Amino acid sequence: MRAFSYERPETLADALALLAANGRDARPLVGGTDLIIRLRDGTARPRIVVDLKRIPELRPGIETTTDLLTIGATTAMTDIAAHALVRQRFLALAEAAAVVGSVQIRNRASLGGNICNASPAADTATPLLIYEAVVIVAGPGGTRRIPIRDFFIRSGETALRPEDLALSIELPIPGHRTGSVHLRRTRRRGHDLASVTMSCLVDDRGITRLAFGSVGPRPILVEETTGVLADPGATDGAKAALLETIFSSATPSQGSMRASPEYRLAMLRVLGRRAVAIAIDRLAQP
Amino acid sequence: MNDDVQRLPISVTVNGDERVLEVAVHHTLLDVLRDDLALTGSKECCLVGECGACTVILDGRTVDACLVLAVEADGTSLTTIEGLASEGRLSPLQAAFLDHGGVQCGFCIPGQVVSAHALLQDNPHPTRADVDEGIAGNLCRCGCYEQITEAILRTAEASGR
Ligand code: FES
Ligand code: FES
Repeated sequence: MRAFSYERPETLADALALLAANGRDARPLVGGTDLIIRLRDGTARPRIVVDLKRIPELRPGIETTTDLLTIGATTAMTDIAAHALVRQRFLALAEAAAVVGSVQIRNRASLGGNICNASPAADTATPLLIYEAVVIVAGPGGTRRIPIRDFFIRSGETALRPEDLALSIELPIPGHRTGSVHLRRTRRRGHDLASVTMSCLVDDRGITRLAFGSVGPRPILVEETTGVLADPGATDGAKAALLETIFSSATPSQGSMRASPEYRLAMLRVLGRRAVAIAIDRLAQP
Repeated sequence: MNDDVQRLPISVTVNGDERVLEVAVHHTLLDVLRDDLALTGSKECCLVGECGACTVILDGRTVDACLVLAVEADGTSLTTIEGLASEGRLSPLQAAFLDHGGVQCGFCIPGQVVSAHALLQDNPHPTRADVDEGIAGNLCRCGCYEQITEAILRTAEASGR
């Protein structure tokens, strides 16, 4: 591995100062499951690696109030997947966290890292979209809030500037009943990045949110408010027509080694139908 | 050694022994275990977190040592495959791997055993599905998955409770 220098700031202010002084020459490190691969293969060549794991403000953890669940950006997938309230109210996020990589990867990979890498295939991106998460970001000008739908720009690029750090991810606890699910398609169970990722939420007002990834430069969120998708009695034909419109924004790339565009588009429809059906079922469960 | 290379002191507990050493900051935990501490049970293979041959337990949780910088392990407690046998006697889990024919070429086995050990610590009575998931991050080119799974399940059964 190419040499770099390593900093382990003990305050958020020090970390932000390091990033501000070094811009793109600095790379934040949390779990390392993506960064260390890139340091080794040379696709990331920072002068400084800034390890965020000794900063008290960035300690991993999940906090709840009556209307908000806040997940620290450094929280590992393992802890998100196992958290009781995440499982109860944000099941699609728990399901997504539970299929990232392998046990070894989930013990290390953080939610902040997963979204900041901005892979179009990031498993946690689509559940955060359907739950309308907000990313809390610290930067030189102070702290700001970025709605997750404005967060992903394109593969490898988010709304964060090089001098910014994601502190936490807020999920508003829905005021009404919901059913939700995360599904993915991979070549093999256990490790692979997803060829299609899909999350769906339906609520008792008839609103459906579908988010899908790995079929374009950024994950996409679509909200459907006619009530037809969420209606257990609506015909398959009526739903299929709506899903066609929803998936028309998918633009899978030609060059991927994981799956052809045709396969991805076909699987998008399969997963879409399945996700809507499961979400409706879960909404109906007491 | 290149002068540009930054080195930092770390202190880690490895299989119960406190070790203090200086590491190059761009070396991984796997590099340091194998090259500096001569603990070569953890294997180097894919180096991208896919095969699990380098699996070790860091503060109670399995990690791929090829994806952890050695400096990140400062202040932690590690268990490697070398830490499982005691007084020259195989742990029941290790013995079960042999008894059930789980070991063919043996290359993946340290990682498999470490993952299985951690799984049984968290979940003393895993289902077959739990075992599949627990070792999904450990590939075996010899295809011993059936025998390995059997060894883990039988170890759990034999431990009673
Ligand atoms: S060598 Fe570390 S996971 Fe393969
Ligand atoms: S026993 Fe040969 S790779 Fe597993």
